[in-house]
Amino acid sequence: MGCVEALSYEILIRNASFKESRDYIRKNFSESIDVDPGFKVFDVYVIGVPPIAIGLDGDFVIFPYTKPCHGTFLLRVEDATEAGRLRALVKK
Amino acid sequence: MEPETVAQSPKTALLVLGCPQVPVQTSIALYLVNRFKKAGITPVIAGNKAANTLLVVADPDRHYIGEVMDLDRAVAQITEKKRDFDRCFVFIHNDAGISYAATMGVISKAKLYVLVYGEHEEELVPQITFPCTKIAAKAVHNPMPLKKAIDEVAPWAA
Repeated sequence: MGCVEALSYEILIRNASFKESRDYIRKNFSESIDVDPGFKVFDVYVIGVPPIAIGLDGDFVIFPYTKPCHGTFLLRVEDATEAGRLRALVKK
Repeated sequence: MEPETVAQSPKTALLVLGCPQVPVQTSIALYLVNRFKKAGITPVIAGNKAANTLLVVADPDRHYIGEVMDLDRAVAQITEKKRDFDRCFVFIHNDAGISYAATMGVISKAKLYVLVYGEHEEELVPQITFPCTKIAAKAVHNPMPLKKAIDEVAPWAA
């Protein structure tokens, strides 16, 4: 199981609802994919109400991270390999 | 000829705790653990560190609670098909609780129940549109309204 703390991330929004997180990605990123809960991004299983939107912006991956006491955070992580893997899923 | 006896594994129930900031959660979790044990169902609790510690510190010899696991670990094990449960109860008093419940509904084969409580119970219930059994009550400090709602459903007997 992965830990988000192992990633070098930037927090785009914090204490959001799952819907705000999805809407933010769809509004602010031209590229995104919809996934189900349990989908693995980096080494993290995403939590949320499906469909969960994951944004792509160049080499950046933008994904929701939910904590029971603090709601949903939208994290932005630069990783060309992971962005490429996710982009390939869109094309399938 | 004697009928063949088929051994069945004991039934299991996962209790997914939310943030422990609403007092009734710990009380209702202990209540459910008791009812499940009496019904022959093995309860397992999954929560974050604060929610789990509230239970573990109060029951150091584990007379009441059984297995307690980290919530992220539970999500990982279920997603990786290493483990699953017959029933899953998700405590919901905020948006994150809905996210965890929807996740359990997708990754687990368990029959899903949601326990909705707290100040915002009436706003949260309509947002739960995925398949599950909803048990809801406006309970913050007093667990009795939620206990009563649970008793009406009697999920240990289902």
